[in-house]
Amino acid sequence: MTHPVSTPLLEVRGISKRYGAVLANDQVDLSLYGGEVHALLGENGAGKSTLSKIMYGFTRPDSGEILLGGKPVDLHSPRDARALGIGMVFQNFLLIPALSVLENIALFLTDLPPIFRREAVEQRIREFGERFGLVVDPWAQVRQLSVGDQQKVEILKLLLAQARVLILDEPTKVLAPHEVVALFRVFEVLKAEGYSILFITHKLREVVACADRITVMRQGRVEGRLTSGQADVDTLVTMMFGEGGAGEPTATGTVPEQPPSTLPIFELRGASSKATGSETPLKNLDVSIGAGEIVGVAGVSGSGQKELGDLILGLRPLSTGSKWFCGADASSWTIARIRESGVAFVPEDPLVMAAVPGMSVRENLVLGTGRRYWKGATINWRALEVAMGKSFSALAFPVPGLDPPMGALSGGNLQRVVIAREMAHKPKLVVALYPTRGLDVRSALSVRDLLRRVRDGGGGVLLISEDLEELAEMADRLLVLYGGAIAGEFKRGVWQAEQVGHLMTGSKEALHA
Amino acid sequence: MTTPLVLGVLAGAVLSGTSLLYATLGETIVERSGIVNLGLEGILLIGASVGFSVAAASGSAWLGLAAAAAAGGLGNLLFGWLVVTRKANQLASGLAMMFFGFGVSALVGAPYVGAVIVGLPKWRPSWLDGLPWVRSTTLFNYDLLTWLAVPVAILVWWALFRTRWGLGVRAVGESPAAAFAAGRNPAVLQYQALSSGGVLGGLAGAHLSLSLTLTWAEYMTAGRGFIAIALVIFSKWHPLRAIAGALLFGGAEALQLQLQARGSDISPFLLEMAPYLLTILVLLAWGGSRRLAAPASLGRTFYGSD
Repeated sequence: MTHPVSTPLLEVRGISKRYGAVLANDQVDLSLYGGEVHALLGENGAGKSTLSKIMYGFTRPDSGEILLGGKPVDLHSPRDARALGIGMVFQNFLLIPALSVLENIALFLTDLPPIFRREAVEQRIREFGERFGLVVDPWAQVRQLSVGDQQKVEILKLLLAQARVLILDEPTKVLAPHEVVALFRVFEVLKAEGYSILFITHKLREVVACADRITVMRQGRVEGRLTSGQADVDTLVTMMFGEGGAGEPTATGTVPEQPPSTLPIFELRGASSKATGSETPLKNLDVSIGAGEIVGVAGVSGSGQKELGDLILGLRPLSTGSKWFCGADASSWTIARIRESGVAFVPEDPLVMAAVPGMSVRENLVLGTGRRYWKGATINWRALEVAMGKSFSALAFPVPGLDPPMGALSGGNLQRVVIAREMAHKPKLVVALYPTRGLDVRSALSVRDLLRRVRDGGGGVLLISEDLEELAEMADRLLVLYGGAIAGEFKRGVWQAEQVGHLMTGSKEALHA
Repeated sequence: MTTPLVLGVLAGAVLSGTSLLYATLGETIVERSGIVNLGLEGILLIGASVGFSVAAASGSAWLGLAAAAAAGGLGNLLFGWLVVTRKANQLASGLAMMFFGFGVSALVGAPYVGAVIVGLPKWRPSWLDGLPWVRSTTLFNYDLLTWLAVPVAILVWWALFRTRWGLGVRAVGESPAAAFAAGRNPAVLQYQALSSGGVLGGLAGAHLSLSLTLTWAEYMTAGRGFIAIALVIFSKWHPLRAIAGALLFGGAEALQLQLQARGSDISPFLLEMAPYLLTILVLLAWGGSRRLAAPASLGRTFYGSD
């Protein structure tokens, strides 16, 4: 693209934004020209979402300025941004499923007369649809549309509302491969008509396929800027994940070299699951967790981690394949039976999945312990407190007050309570999703320590994490999830962060293609 | 069944169906904006009592009608202040509004119990007089509210499904957050839906006292407000289907009255239950079906975008 002579449509300079202790954006500069696709690349938590929300007026920056066509503007709300021709498609679509495509779009148009002719809107939808390759039936109910078609509606909404700058937050996350191809074709037409597209993603292959310019962010800062010619996958991976960080076995304690004993604690054989909405279907997974083994799972978010955890616990049924627990077919076990067999579960979002916010910490501690503390029709609170007290001290966690409601705890404290509860009864298998997320360094260390102790005591651990360093330190074996399937498997110490990064972002196929 | 019975039931169905239809239309608008108003019964009572009192005091049924409409609108605005502005629980607020309506209507109507009023004028187009079996009944001899009932239903349908305002109301009922993100103000739209629904509820009540019975008696609505709430479900939140529902329920009531008048052997208590039994049957038949088309955000409080 030949843009540098012209003024950028939208430009941000020196944007900084702090959330508590986290500097989400640190002096970020970014410019968007007409007729280009600009990819904003980075890992989870790199600051992409914050930056895009600032550009859409959703969040106000602490410092820095936003220029539209070279003139500074003040964005107080998304309404301001829209009036200036900036549109955004969020990861979670803002469509109303019960209304038709036409109604959803009409709702968004501010220039519509009070009594509008639906045929006139239909005409505009069809016209734009054909011009940009976004053909959707205006009369269809949104609930009947595929995710790809819903995305078309979101883009149409912006185009009909006269947006010139389109910000798309991980638009390919929920799309099937052929839908991604179709989306990139739409990008081409939009470019040709002078629109500017900011494409936020962490999938390298897609960036290389369609971006004219690339900005890579890491830990809130711009790590590098490239044009499409310079962009090769290796450079991008290094920029995203940083140098080194390879998986040297730094762990202390015993590293069990012996193959997992006779029977694996847990096994998935050819397991698949169905998915609805924005979930990721799992495809033919073979996972085996041996006794005395920590199996790590790496992947960018939305690759099927949550679904994998749910599948093991029984929250989600298998569509094909089978599930084995200590040699017994557990495919149709209830959640209660799996839990009582000694499975501890630390879910992705403890406040939603593992806690009842309005009930006290004490009551929450007894939930999920099955009938262990039943005493006739009542509960043996004493025994519960003793057992939980031990669990807290084994983890070196401070014991929280037991009377306040669970919802009043901070994120880190809540995470600690859930972990202490799950670890209290010598689990045979621990399934932990991001167990150290939101914890301070010391708590994170003791969680890792405890997971190792479970392993050393002959238990099995499935550790799902985004933190490659954590996985390098902990995992005896590493699985990489991509798009609901296992993209790679490594033994401890033989993998490099870069190599895993390729698999996590799906760029390996591109290299071989 | 004899012809007079059929004609009597038909005529009665239209007469008692009128107030049911207005009430159902009002509640449909309100529920389409995501609010359940269980206080509808109270709004009907206020409409009936205010309409009757003003008509008795002023001598003009039209003035009574206007006052009833205004009172109904105000009643729903009060409800809106509770559930939209103060974000109170909708079900509890609705029940409170119902009992409030009981009390207010009794207070307003008390001086006029037993008063004699001239009701809303009724007429039958002269060309219908030619039909032999029509002249002996009340069929087609209607007041303005009854004549306008179906056109009003069509108007409500048009407003909800063909105007920008209606689109906003329905969007708020489905997803206030999405409507908000699209630049609409959910609270304003809900107040608008509530006040227009309240006007229709007031008219529904006034029709009972100013046309159907020409009296005021405490709790004369006898559950019509709740039947109307069931009718909203029966008609799947659609104004045009509400016409059929109102006729069906009006017919059930007319049938039991006709049977009672003809000295049927069936217990009068059982007969009087007919509309309520029908309500239970409708809820049973419709219950549990996922494609019910209820507004997705019905009964939920919108606390803002974050």
